[in-house]
Amino acid sequence: MNTTPMISVAHAHRRFGEFAALDDVSLDIPAGSLTALLGPSGSGKSTLLRAISGLDDLDSGVITIGGRDVTGVTPQKRGIGFVFQHYAAFKHMSVRENVAFGLRIRKRPKAEIIKKVDDLLEIVGLAGFQHRFPAQLSGGQRQRMALARALAVDPEVLLLDEPFGALDAQVRAELRLWLRRLHDEVHVTTVLVTHDQEEALDISDRIAVLNRGRIEQVGTPEELYDHPANTFVMSFLGHVSTVGGHLVRPHDIVLARLAVGERVPTLGDLSTVATVRRVVRLGFEVRVEMVDERTGAEVVAQVTRGELDSLHLLEGDRVVARATRVPDVSLAPAAETAGKTTSPVAVGARSGDVALA
Amino acid sequence: MKVSTGARLGLRTVALAYVVILLLVPIGVIAYRTFGSGLGAFIASVSTPAAISALDLSLLIVAVVVPLNVVFGVGVALALVRGRFRGRGLLQAVVDLPFALSPVVVGVSLILLWGVGGWFGFLDNYGIKVIFGLPGMVLATIFVTLPFIVREVEPVLHEIGDEQEQAASTLGANAWQTFWRITLPAIRWGLTYGIVLTIARSLGEFGAVIMVSSGFPGVSQTLTLLVHGRYVDDHNTFGAYSAATLLMLVALVTLLAMTVLDRLRKTR
Repeated sequence: MNTTPMISVAHAHRRFGEFAALDDVSLDIPAGSLTALLGPSGSGKSTLLRAISGLDDLDSGVITIGGRDVTGVTPQKRGIGFVFQHYAAFKHMSVRENVAFGLRIRKRPKAEIIKKVDDLLEIVGLAGFQHRFPAQLSGGQRQRMALARALAVDPEVLLLDEPFGALDAQVRAELRLWLRRLHDEVHVTTVLVTHDQEEALDISDRIAVLNRGRIEQVGTPEELYDHPANTFVMSFLGHVSTVGGHLVRPHDIVLARLAVGERVPTLGDLSTVATVRRVVRLGFEVRVEMVDERTGAEVVAQVTRGELDSLHLLEGDRVVARATRVPDVSLAPAAETAGKTTSPVAVGARSGDVALA
Repeated sequence: MKVSTGARLGLRTVALAYVVILLLVPIGVIAYRTFGSGLGAFIASVSTPAAISALDLSLLIVAVVVPLNVVFGVGVALALVRGRFRGRGLLQAVVDLPFALSPVVVGVSLILLWGVGGWFGFLDNYGIKVIFGLPGMVLATIFVTLPFIVREVEPVLHEIGDEQEQAASTLGANAWQTFWRITLPAIRWGLTYGIVLTIARSLGEFGAVIMVSSGFPGVSQTLTLLVHGRYVDDHNTFGAYSAATLLMLVALVTLLAMTVLDRLRKTR
């Protein structure tokens, strides 16, 4: 990966009245990477993307693309491609005219335009759809057309604002995979806004987690998942549960059934006794929902079907839940956010909602 | 909702009778009176110098008013929907003023403003005759037709939103290119309908125009003034019917032309 960033945002501030959408955000995006801006709604991720595109302004801060300061530059001169959540298809134009739009604005020769458009439609899997109109396409097809349209002008960076947010789950997963392959072919620096942690983990090679207008952590998906900087990142990226006061991943919890009348063994710091409330089979994975007998808090463990079958777990059973791996973060919560107004501990405590969302 | 057969038939009868009595019968009567004495008499009556001059004048006023209203109407609609400026609420209310004001009042106010002794009356000294001339009639017609295009285009602009325009700008289009290639095609239905309404109203305007026209046959009579003049001043009822029919025919032609034009553009 190149060391000079393709996009650089420095000290970006943006307020909407009392609400700080961006609060001193600085971020470098390496050339050729596929970076996800991940965060809950209102975290500022879309505001940041739109500021990079020039569709929205910053109150203060500097944005450079390809080493060029574009802070005061209009969108049409930033060398970007932008894809909207709701496609923004030009409804009165055919697929070919849609994709050709940027090239026609640039007054390219007709033959070149037709060739390039046909090539792009081939790449996005819409060959033969040239004369259709957007109304005759499915949502997934419209979004692929929008991608071809954005790529037609050879942008330096490709910006995607929740591009799969309006699609149903199956099409979304399909397009996600397809976009990843496309990026491996085209290698254009891509920034993707999403609130879907699974999407971010699946598709991107870098993730920036945003919360309340600030960046919590930037890194590869593995870094963020295995070494979250604070409890917010941990609970937002992947599922979490609590065992003995520690924030742990549900798949890092091992269960042992207690027979009726069996004495509770001496419990270590990482273990607790819980009562099984519900067993949910999600295909190969099984989610075991329990109540901690000491604290009354909810504990969720994720086991495989095989493990469940050997345990013979039923609702009402008592188990010993033991965490096998505890990330540093739970020992030192909010290391990164110390001194900030946010309260990651409180967010972590409600992790059950996040995990199941 | 389920409605019984009796009630349904009853409602239909009432609605039909309403339309027939209030719309179709009056038009039918005029057509009957016009063509009752044969086509020749009608043609003779509408090809007098006064009638031809009136038709020309009406069309001339339409030709001046429509382009002005298109530019102004689209501009104001864009400002109202996309603009963020102080006084937007005021503009919103002012646009509807012509709907609320009686055309006669418009005529009177124009005379007060542009007539001899009015604020802009000094123009008369330079040979620019506004009141009792073509400019006055154009001003009056613009005033009464001002809201049509704004009010037809505005909801369409709301509906299409601004994402298509933003997409165009990220693809390298400047504001002007975005307007011509994205916004205008998107609002063309609303605009077309607004133009049709503007033409129809311009042709049919009477109250405001009669106040600011000198009303000389063959000089400053529009078609509506001709109908009125023949009926009231000349007691030429047949002439009035013929002129009225001509007026309706012109309106009908506009409507058909608009429909055909849009068909052509769509199948292009």
